[in-house]
Amino acid sequence: MARAVSPSRKFWTTLAAWSVALVIFFPVFWMVLTSFKTEASAVATPPQLFSAEWTLANYQDVWARSDYPRFFWNSVVIALGSTLLGLAIAIPAAWSMAFVPGKRTKDLLMWMLSTKMMPAVAVMVPLYLVFQKLGLFDTRIGLVLALMLMNLPIIIWMLYTYFREIPGEILEAARMDGASLWNEIIYVLTPMAVPGIASTLLLNVILAWNEAFWTITLTTTKAAPLSAFIASFSAPQGLFYAKLSAASTMAIAPILILGWFSQKQLVRGLTFGAVK
Amino acid sequence: MKITLRALFGATAALALTGAAMADTTITVATVNNGDMIRMQGLMDDFYAKHPDIKVEWVTLEENVLRQNVTTDIATNGGQFDVMTIGTYEVPIWGKQGWLVSLNDLPAEYDADDLLPAIRGGLTVDGNLMASPFYGESSMVMYRKDLMEKAGLTMPDAPTWAEIETAAAAMTDKSAGIYGICLRGKAGWGENIAFLSAMANSYGARWFDEAWVPQFDQPEWKATLDSYLHLMNNYGPPGASNNGFNENLTLFQQGKCGMWIDATVAASFVTGADSTVAADVGFALAPDNGLGKRGNWLWAWTLAIPSSSQKQDAAKTFINWATNKDYLALVASREGWANVPPGTRTSLYENAEYAKLPFAKMTLDSINAADPTNPSVKPVPYVGVQFVAIPEFQGLGTSVGELFSAALAGTRTADQALSAAQSLVTDEMEASGYIQ
Repeated sequence: MARAVSPSRKFWTTLAAWSVALVIFFPVFWMVLTSFKTEASAVATPPQLFSAEWTLANYQDVWARSDYPRFFWNSVVIALGSTLLGLAIAIPAAWSMAFVPGKRTKDLLMWMLSTKMMPAVAVMVPLYLVFQKLGLFDTRIGLVLALMLMNLPIIIWMLYTYFREIPGEILEAARMDGASLWNEIIYVLTPMAVPGIASTLLLNVILAWNEAFWTITLTTTKAAPLSAFIASFSAPQGLFYAKLSAASTMAIAPILILGWFSQKQLVRGLTFGAVK
Repeated sequence: MKITLRALFGATAALALTGAAMADTTITVATVNNGDMIRMQGLMDDFYAKHPDIKVEWVTLEENVLRQNVTTDIATNGGQFDVMTIGTYEVPIWGKQGWLVSLNDLPAEYDADDLLPAIRGGLTVDGNLMASPFYGESSMVMYRKDLMEKAGLTMPDAPTWAEIETAAAAMTDKSAGIYGICLRGKAGWGENIAFLSAMANSYGARWFDEAWVPQFDQPEWKATLDSYLHLMNNYGPPGASNNGFNENLTLFQQGKCGMWIDATVAASFVTGADSTVAADVGFALAPDNGLGKRGNWLWAWTLAIPSSSQKQDAAKTFINWATNKDYLALVASREGWANVPPGTRTSLYENAEYAKLPFAKMTLDSINAADPTNPSVKPVPYVGVQFVAIPEFQGLGTSVGELFSAALAGTRTADQALSAAQSLVTDEMEASGYIQ
């Protein structure tokens, strides 16, 4: 039975939620506004939220100076490719850990998670050399593999958590009805875990899209994604915050739009199993 | 007949492939994002007209990311870059390690003798020019002529630190939001340490003695840090421990600083269209303390070829185009003399048009006043004015910079910062085998 929530409590919790959301969103809002300011207005002291003169010149400059479509397409291929490949490996792995756990399953999960605790720079030179020797440096397939490996522990952990919420009896029933392992995973497990898989997919696309260490370290020109595009506008000497903001806005806009349209699915997936 | 035809086809194919290779030599140039480098990318039509057989691909990165990527590539003999933008800090270190290709065989039109001696000296290793300077800079005093006039003062062309303090005190009007002096406070070997190392030289301090023993426990460093903290605490802007080049540039452009001692490259920014005080800016040499050394640094962004490059000839062709006298003339003809990369060639400063710029002479004088091989009053075992050209310096400089920044923020005293710096640097130098 649902508890009754008083109007005042609802008001205050709503206000708190909006306040937190605004605090989180404000830097992004500021960045978007700055991208339409002149460079002088962007660095005015005291800072001005709204400028006296608005301009599209920053976007024109950024577009003229860089091959944005190439960076964008590289980001799409790398983010989607690494996520889909990761899911293809993680779904069977998570299935086995959730439904036929062994003695060492928990240890294995912890070990996988521990690889995320290691600073990326610790393996930079070995990975750099491996990429060179295998001809994967500055290739999209190379980055797909690298980011897939980086995010695989998170994908498996998320799916494992979702799969654990699905009653094992349903899968047993499917097996008794003669379903093969493949059919069990594809036709029984996967449809039931769609919210979880969808949110895992979206979260990992976002993680891969925003990854900035490996994507900059392992590329030069051909496979460089939008993270490298943003980095190219950071200047140690000179005030180019407005152009940097324009480049950043162009880089995050696609993922923001994706997140906006898929937020229902994302929230549903992330809260899947949270309430019993 | 068949054999003849096959031979003919084979020869034709081989010729076509050779031709394609000649026509499509692509070199990758790694560079930083600054105005001069971006301008060069916009002038590439001139290069392509002269060298249609070479295509240039650019990798533009933030300075520290570029340094990391290029270092990794060279150390692993990766060969991903054919031309790299590196600073005067890296050139002597990498040159000694054999990581760079000598540029002594650039064509006569390059005219290496025209390079400013101070800049050329810092880029030469064992008689070999290891990198070609694209632009050079020193540091100098940029000040508000109107505020000086209002205070009844005149800035000498070559001021002392005492005169700087007098001017800072006179121009400070905190109620109006004007601070007498703005200096770097942000921690980093390229931020506050660049400024403080150069300032220390003018106080007779040095990083190491001839036996590589750290010198932060000596009175010269104490005098340097005390003087810096006194200036900044009394006449500097609030929150100065977070201010680097860009933050101080913003403050100066918006009329919040009476003086700013920083890179000569800033001169074009503070007199440019974005500056609210462009018409009131004067320039002077970096201050001295009567000991014969001024507190100015020397830096150049240079183009170099890693020894791992497979396209060294094409890379040399590009470097010759980008850094010879014709390139300076090209920039002047398209963008005006104020936008020509400064600080590399004697002939530029002999040009009557360029000499008309308000900051031209002071930039040249500042560069000439710096001596990377003999930076301080006492002898040193290292090369570099605001840095020490050893591989360990980036880490050391940043760690010491954090200590000095903390002193500026008030979380440590000057004595505590110097004592910690002495201990930290001594430990590192012992661990690296410089001292026993």
